[in-house]
Amino acid sequence: MRKSPVDPQVASKLSRHPIYHMTMARILEFLRQPDAVFWSYFFPVLMVLALGLAFSRRQESTVMIDIVDKEFYATIQAALTHQPRFKIHNTTEADSRIRLRTGRADLLIEPQADGQGYTYVFDPLRPESAAARALVDDSLQRSSGRKDPVAVSDRAIDDAGSRYVDFLVPGILGMNLMGGGLWGVGFAIVQMRIRKVLKRLVATPMKKSHFLWSVLASRLVFLVPAVVIILGFSWLTFGVVVRGNLLSVFVVILLGSLTFSGIGLLVACRANSVEMVSGLMNLVMLPMWLFSGIFFSTDRFPAAIQPIVQALPLTPLIGALRAITLEGAGLFEPAQLLRLSIMTTWALVSFIVALKLFRWT
Amino acid sequence: MCLRCIIVVMEKQRNSSSKDSFDYGSRPAIVCQDLKKTYPGKPVVEAVRGLNLEVKRGECFGLLGPNGAGKTTTIEILEGLIRASSGTVEVLGRNWTTDAEAIRQRIGVSLQETQLSEKLTVRETLALFRSFYATGIGVESAMQSVSLEEKQNARIAQLSGGQKQRLAVATALVGDPELLFLDEPTTGLDPSSRRQLWDIIRTFREAGKTILLTTHYMDEAERLCDRVGIVDQGRVIALGTPRELIASVGGDHVVEFSVRAEQNALIDAQRLTQLVDVTSVRDESDRWSLNSRQAHHTIPALLEYLDACGLSLAGLTTRQASLEDVFVKLTGRNLLEERLL
Repeated sequence: MRKSPVDPQVASKLSRHPIYHMTMARILEFLRQPDAVFWSYFFPVLMVLALGLAFSRRQESTVMIDIVDKEFYATIQAALTHQPRFKIHNTTEADSRIRLRTGRADLLIEPQADGQGYTYVFDPLRPESAAARALVDDSLQRSSGRKDPVAVSDRAIDDAGSRYVDFLVPGILGMNLMGGGLWGVGFAIVQMRIRKVLKRLVATPMKKSHFLWSVLASRLVFLVPAVVIILGFSWLTFGVVVRGNLLSVFVVILLGSLTFSGIGLLVACRANSVEMVSGLMNLVMLPMWLFSGIFFSTDRFPAAIQPIVQALPLTPLIGALRAITLEGAGLFEPAQLLRLSIMTTWALVSFIVALKLFRWT
Repeated sequence: MCLRCIIVVMEKQRNSSSKDSFDYGSRPAIVCQDLKKTYPGKPVVEAVRGLNLEVKRGECFGLLGPNGAGKTTTIEILEGLIRASSGTVEVLGRNWTTDAEAIRQRIGVSLQETQLSEKLTVRETLALFRSFYATGIGVESAMQSVSLEEKQNARIAQLSGGQKQRLAVATALVGDPELLFLDEPTTGLDPSSRRQLWDIIRTFREAGKTILLTTHYMDEAERLCDRVGIVDQGRVIALGTPRELIASVGGDHVVEFSVRAEQNALIDAQRLTQLVDVTSVRDESDRWSLNSRQAHHTIPALLEYLDACGLSLAGLTTRQASLEDVFVKLTGRNLLEERLL
């Protein structure tokens, strides 16, 4: 027997308890499936890495300028030379047209017939081109001797907490809780039903509540590495920090996990084929992938669908996590309490309905 | 006629040796009366149609019947997994509606097809099942009883079919049950695995425990069971010890013969019935089957008859009568024939 700090009698009682055995069984089954471990823990990390790199590390954007005339090219280059963000390219007119059309150039500058002014050729509907025009014009005017009447200075914001990756991490965390609850509880139970393991279990004196508790307990155990890996990786790689209380984050994650375990149980309560449960699961998750603000703010959706967006269980989960990690919010502010109560309602309703409808055989 | 008696006879002995205050121990292991189970649908499926059964303490009772006869539905009702549409069920003197927990603590169940979790080891699986029971045998002795000690740390995915089935039985034994339910325990297993399972079942039976098993193998029922109930179309159509049932077909021997195909029509079934010691005759299209009290009397008479008719023998075999013959006599079908619904 292993040595343990717990009183041996208590430990042996614990190690005989069905909840302990069923929880351990689920944990071992999971750990012995390397592909499942990979998808649960490393996929979200890859996502944070890919999207974090794509959006956060972007430096001040460069402005691609095309010039056809060789002499004019030298003039403009001299005028803009102190600004490294301008990349000036000397090319043919035909080539420049193609470059403008395909987005490889933002702006074509042509000298005007009188040799004094310039003509900017660009697509005004393309934001980068419009910005390029303004920036280039500003620099050229100044280098030609324009004086600004008001003195201004810029200060760039790039501290942790305001970048896209900071916004993204709570979204990924929420998505992981949703996927984990639905697949980890829902899919696992349906598989047990198909393999008649559930039927075999009810033929024993096993208490049904013990089964349920072990499902939740194993879910919580799987949660810890997921949260630690996602938050730890984001912190180490991008310096993403939690501004608020870590304990509050933990409470929200716990509630979120229970909510999606309940929904997973509900999805699984009757399904008796892999096809059926996969379909149901996608049906449940798709609206949340789209509308719950995993990758961008839910404010972007029209007001008409906001009530639905806000009522989805993933929206308040991600919202509450963002409020804590980005704004340092606590749990007891009205907006947070509203979010927590939406989640609690989902958890309670799904558990109660699932237990009413649940089929063991 | 003799068969009729056996079908109807359901002796209800009640021993009056008492141990508990309410004497659960004196009740039979299983009693069910007029059990019916219908599944809604179009058409309505009547899986069990008025089945009566009494299994005594300490016996190994077999429900023998073809696939689709209602054996699994019956055993699952007795195991408390399905609710009967009507009829009464008593298991170990208790009732499923009021004493489910007490019954489950005292029975062991092996379902027809349980795929236990592939990723767990033999030991982990048995420890899990042991944890559900208030009392029981240790994981070690459970492994020992089914000879899986050497495989204790192997994952279930690595076990052979026979080993998986033995493990399934071990999960039923681990709670030290008074009554063991085994649904088709040896279906799909090779002969040596079947014999191993039979030994496990016999050992359990020798410890004075009760077993109810279903099977569609007549040799299994004959060798293993103290009493057999032959089930067909949701009813018990014959009940008794294997010996009684076989005797009921009239004669311990079966003589089977065939003649050249073109001569088959020349045989007179009536004349065959009148041969010495023949109790019944069946035309099995490609051959004839005679039940005989004494094969060594019947065969010379048969040869004489064929000779007299100028028929030449194409094949002749004799064997002991079996439960298969009982089933065929009662239903006109073979046990292993799939019923097409």
